Amino acid sequence: MSNWLPLTETDRSEMLKELGVDSFEQLIEFVPKDLRISDLNIPDGLNELELMRKTKALAQTNQSTSDFMSYLGAGCYEHFIPSIVNHMLSRGEFYTAYTPYQAEASQGTLQTIFEYQSMMSELTGMDLSNASNYDGASATAEAALLALRHTRRNKILVSKSLHPDYRSTIQTYLSGDDYVIEEINWSEKGFLDQTQLLASLDKEVAALIVQTPNFFGVVEDFEKITEKVHEVGALLVAAVNPISCGLFKGPGQWGADIAVGEGQSLGVPMALGGPALGFFAVKKALMRKIPGRLAGMTTDRNGNRCFTLTLQAREQHIRREKAGSNICTNQALLALAACVYLSAMGKEGVRKVSEYNFRSALYLKEQLSKVKGLEIVFSGTSFNEFVIRSKNVSVSDIQKQLKDFKIFGGVDLGRFYSEFKDCLLICATETKTKEDLDKFVNAMKQILS
Amino acid sequence: MNKETPLVYELSQEGKKGFSLPHSHFDSSDISKLVPESLMRDPEMDLPSVSEPELVRHYVNLSQKNFSVDTNFYPLGSCTMKYNPKINEDAARFDGFANIHPLQPEDSLQGIMKLLFDLESSLKEITGMDRFTLQPAAGAHGELCGMMLVKSYHEARGDMKRKNVLVPDSSHGTNPASAALFGFNVVEVKSDERGRVDLAHLKSLINDETACLMLTNPNTIGLFEDDIQQIQKAIHDVGGLLYYDGANMNALLGIARPGDMGFDIVHLNLHKTFSTPHGGGGPGAGPVGVKKHLIPYLPTPLVKEEKGVYSWDEDIPDSIGKLRAFLGNIGVLVRAYVYIAHLGREGLKQVSQDAIINANYLKKKIEEHFTVPFPGFCMHEFVAQAVKQNDLGVHATDIAKRLLDFGIHAPTIYFPLIVAEAMMIEPTETESKATLDQFVKVMLTIADEAVEFPERLHEAPFTLAISRPDEVKAARNPILTYKDYRASKDNNGSSSISTTGVPVHAG
Repeated sequence: MSNWLPLTETDRSEMLKELGVDSFEQLIEFVPKDLRISDLNIPDGLNELELMRKTKALAQTNQSTSDFMSYLGAGCYEHFIPSIVNHMLSRGEFYTAYTPYQAEASQGTLQTIFEYQSMMSELTGMDLSNASNYDGASATAEAALLALRHTRRNKILVSKSLHPDYRSTIQTYLSGDDYVIEEINWSEKGFLDQTQLLASLDKEVAALIVQTPNFFGVVEDFEKITEKVHEVGALLVAAVNPISCGLFKGPGQWGADIAVGEGQSLGVPMALGGPALGFFAVKKALMRKIPGRLAGMTTDRNGNRCFTLTLQAREQHIRREKAGSNICTNQALLALAACVYLSAMGKEGVRKVSEYNFRSALYLKEQLSKVKGLEIVFSGTSFNEFVIRSKNVSVSDIQKQLKDFKIFGGVDLGRFYSEFKDCLLICATETKTKEDLDKFVNAMKQILS
Repeated sequence: MNKETPLVYELSQEGKKGFSLPHSHFDSSDISKLVPESLMRDPEMDLPSVSEPELVRHYVNLSQKNFSVDTNFYPLGSCTMKYNPKINEDAARFDGFANIHPLQPEDSLQGIMKLLFDLESSLKEITGMDRFTLQPAAGAHGELCGMMLVKSYHEARGDMKRKNVLVPDSSHGTNPASAALFGFNVVEVKSDERGRVDLAHLKSLINDETACLMLTNPNTIGLFEDDIQQIQKAIHDVGGLLYYDGANMNALLGIARPGDMGFDIVHLNLHKTFSTPHGGGGPGAGPVGVKKHLIPYLPTPLVKEEKGVYSWDEDIPDSIGKLRAFLGNIGVLVRAYVYIAHLGREGLKQVSQDAIINANYLKKKIEEHFTVPFPGFCMHEFVAQAVKQNDLGVHATDIAKRLLDFGIHAPTIYFPLIVAEAMMIEPTETESKATLDQFVKVMLTIADEAVEFPERLHEAPFTLAISRPDEVKAARNPILTYKDYRASKDNNGSSSISTTGVPVHAG
């Protein structure tokens, strides 16, 4: 029998005897006989060595970033992760613990959540942050729900340059009621189309949801737009890449009411897009409406400083159908990763990584713009991603040929936007050296020549 | 043990650093020449500056302030705190699983796609369902997905008046919350004197406005809903659907299948039954399985296989859409795959058998001292009540806190809501008889203490770094960040210490 099961045959028979039965079957007489099954049609168990071999073989069938040089981004990014992060996550005391409901038995988790909340609030420029949502997309959808509830209105404006999966998730989350979702286009430079926005912005709007850097990698200035949004009593929800906040203003600093996004850039491997962590930060006015868990500082019976889950009256385990959100399990361990990552980086490291990303993508953008047959699509400032158009060779041809160079050369933008069938979304982070980027540029030159 | 561990901020000192990063060899011109001033951030951000050895000690010290499955017996009912196998952790960290991007070409992802496809096949077989989406990130996310499927199903049939979702009064809080979040009207079904769904009450509530019934089986009291065949018939007769909350699937592996019981939709908590770690609150995974008639509405994409080649199936015209970005909590799915592959069909069966034996053994051993409200054998968990102790002024919360002194994590308390002074105990199959016997001994000691010095128990625990945090103060003047803390120090008033325990806990 499995090495994960401590009961011996003797234990089992002794325990059954203690229970006054002769066989296990007698314990489950409440289960109607015609519902019982005698066997499962799944393979026999494998020993650890066989299992390791089999699983490793599956892993090795994939091409990872060790095999290919990747320029893929679009909401999931390859970043350097300091060794300390994985080592702290691998502490059994952290990863095999439950949600910290019993404060006395969970001070470790609770304090790290408090530290995470502190650092995420600082990075985004908001007043407070929850302990995490599932991912960036579902956090954004929950922000839409919060805004609808808070304003008691029924319309949401969404920037069309918000990540397509995020827009789709908002759509799915809101489809249970008669809410209206209106998409706002982008302008030539890649910024939100202000004319269309102003035409749509009225007192029925609960929130405008925008992204910066947006899906095309363009960093936007929403300061004036936020004022307009506030004038009609709506909320501004900003989806941001947290690592960009090392260099660019955080959403709280230009007036956003809710900052959400994907925290994967903060020390979490890509892992095919999950598990990572959605973050959710708000201004004080929305404190009692934020979804998910919050850790707060207090004192104990003896006056010692300590931490506990707080403002739980918002949550489903107390409020049931009246709760603002149904979230229970979140992405706590990845919030711990972000916490350790941000502690290790500090303000200097975060700035440095952010600047490196910016300079690296800027260099790549400039070099690629000089390649014959390529042009940069949007002129706005970018962070670590940008869009190029291939005028002569199809995107699928480019991608096919890049395989020979062992390069994943960007995301086919036509997958998400039919008007960009001839475009690639390209990302460069601190994982690439100048030589790496030059290799990519040279490969593109060869392919397009 | 230090009672107070400094905040990482309090370790910070200008000039220290915890990172080692490459130098940029790109354009080195002044950043202010490259970034418009209106967008640029002031570099003075309040993040700590701490060296790596200090950080390691800080976080390891904090970890040691936790109870965990690796260090303690953790009989937290409804949460299935079983052992988290170490090979799972190794596998999820393989380069070929950890360092792959969701938008890579399909031919570069065949290994992980096969794993996901095979995991889906196993889950179908274990539950008796026809297809699974692996996208939901947690149980509640799966429930929300389920509610969306219910709505799509009825509306596709032109059946527009199905506004009611029924949940038993013993259900998890997420059930009514998920239904309400998606705009359904929640109707509560009473439990009968046997701790099961009151069939007569259920029948009086259902009609052509019934969208579905959400049911946990075995239910949150640890009892098998033995009327399930009548329940399913009643619901289906009025055109409703039956939703299975899989939080308690650990009781049924290889014994019975929700699909055979007539459930139309099932979610599983891979972080419960399938051993993926709880991570201090997450991540989990809540795959949702459906019967044939609901497949057209599943979220996109699904994994498809043709002649040994795997691809993403995005072509699901009636799909409810996306529940999140990309594909799911893949690292969690890898762990569950490894778990199933190791145990195989015999092992999985043994898992549920041992879980049931362990729970019944504990129940039998403590029921003389702690009231067990419903007679008969339980499944993988049971609810006991601190009723006798309540008469002495000792509450479930006091017993829970006192258990911590003995190195045992508290059971789930004050849940389900229909049982007074509830303590929900779930030992799981990965605990030895010796551990169970020790638990019994401790519970009996506490029962004695409740008689001898009831007042003292209000102050438990005595041996941990902290005892009884002031919840009222935490909620009245919330300090949620280091910034709040510094502000509060500037206007520090005296504080009243409350001895009330933590409220309801439920997985």
